[in-house]
Amino acid sequence: MRELSLNVLDITQNSIKAGATLIGIDILENMDLDRLTIRISDNGCGMSEEQVQKVVNPFYTTRTTRKVGFGVPFFKMAAQMAGGDFSIDSTLHKGTVVTAWFQLSHIDRPPLGDINATLLSLIPFNPAIDFVYNRARDGLSFSLDTREMRQILGPDVPLNAPETVQWLREFLEENEAELTGGSPSGAST
Amino acid sequence: MKSLAELQAIKNKVRANVEMREGEASTRIVVGMATCGIAAGARPVLNAFVDEVGKRQLSDVMVTQTGCIGICQYEPVVEVYAPGKEKVTYVKMTPEKAVRVVNDHIVNGNVVTEYTIGAATK
Ligand SMILES: Nc1ncnc2c1ncn2[C@@H]1O[C@H](COP(=O)(O)OP(=O)(O)O)[C@@H](O)[C@H]1O
Ligand code: FES
Ligand SMILES: [Mg+2]
Repeated sequence: MRELSLNVLDITQNSIKAGATLIGIDILENMDLDRLTIRISDNGCGMSEEQVQKVVNPFYTTRTTRKVGFGVPFFKMAAQMAGGDFSIDSTLHKGTVVTAWFQLSHIDRPPLGDINATLLSLIPFNPAIDFVYNRARDGLSFSLDTREMRQILGPDVPLNAPETVQWLREFLEENEAELTGGSPSGAST
Repeated sequence: MKSLAELQAIKNKVRANVEMREGEASTRIVVGMATCGIAAGARPVLNAFVDEVGKRQLSDVMVTQTGCIGICQYEPVVEVYAPGKEKVTYVKMTPEKAVRVVNDHIVNGNVVTEYTIGAATK
């Protein structure tokens, strides 16, 4: 993937497929620690220990008829190639937490890219799922909780109404600009 | 700065319009968003469809996502379902192609044959 935000989109699709009703996305940058942490957590169906092993290391499993996915291994590889690491913490019937961290200054770290495009490809397309987005960069932070949006909008106005999506877009853009001071976030270029 | 409080105004405004929108979407544009689709550029294609459909206020057109369509080498893949018509599969899509598909196919009813899987496999 050219941008880490695309990995975020791909990994979050797993949470959606897992039947999650609540998904957390954390994008945390810390210059002092030279670290970018990305965490996607969900309350979906979860995985057994054995399943997790297979998913993380698809190359080491004996061939089965089931097609092997590469989304998780891609994300893991991206982290490990950028001086970071990756972990999955999953409990069957409870949910899953996928965490990857990257050395911000590492030459092989892909840029974060357009994280707002990722969120706008997720939230309005899954109006029945709640999302909690936490974004932080060097002491500045903001968050978005669609449960709070829902509370104000009431039962009649869905999260994917055009007006709501427009508000969401502007909310994300303004807050992201505040955080990055106009410079593209997580940019390696 | 945007605040949650503004959603209150949106709520009041949208509720008044909700009935107008309740008609079933007649055309569905489905974008493949499996790992290979995303890696090949499905996200900007999806957003181009959303923008163009929104701009033209095509309220009976719905843009949705799906997982694996099974033809990796042709990603990004987009399927168009219209009532009474056969499914049209567009391959190797780009945001520019998406705009043309909305204009020619969705609005004017002319399938953009050169972007379809039929043309790609010839
Ligand atoms: N958050 C999750 N909750 C439950 N199962 C998951 C989750 N993430 C991944 N999995 C399991 O791991 C498999 C492999 O994921 P992935 O590498 O993204 O490939 P793919 O999504 O194409 O199958 C999924 O098919 C699913 O069975
Ligand atoms: S894995 Fe590529 S289309 Fe399904
Ligand atoms: Mg996946």
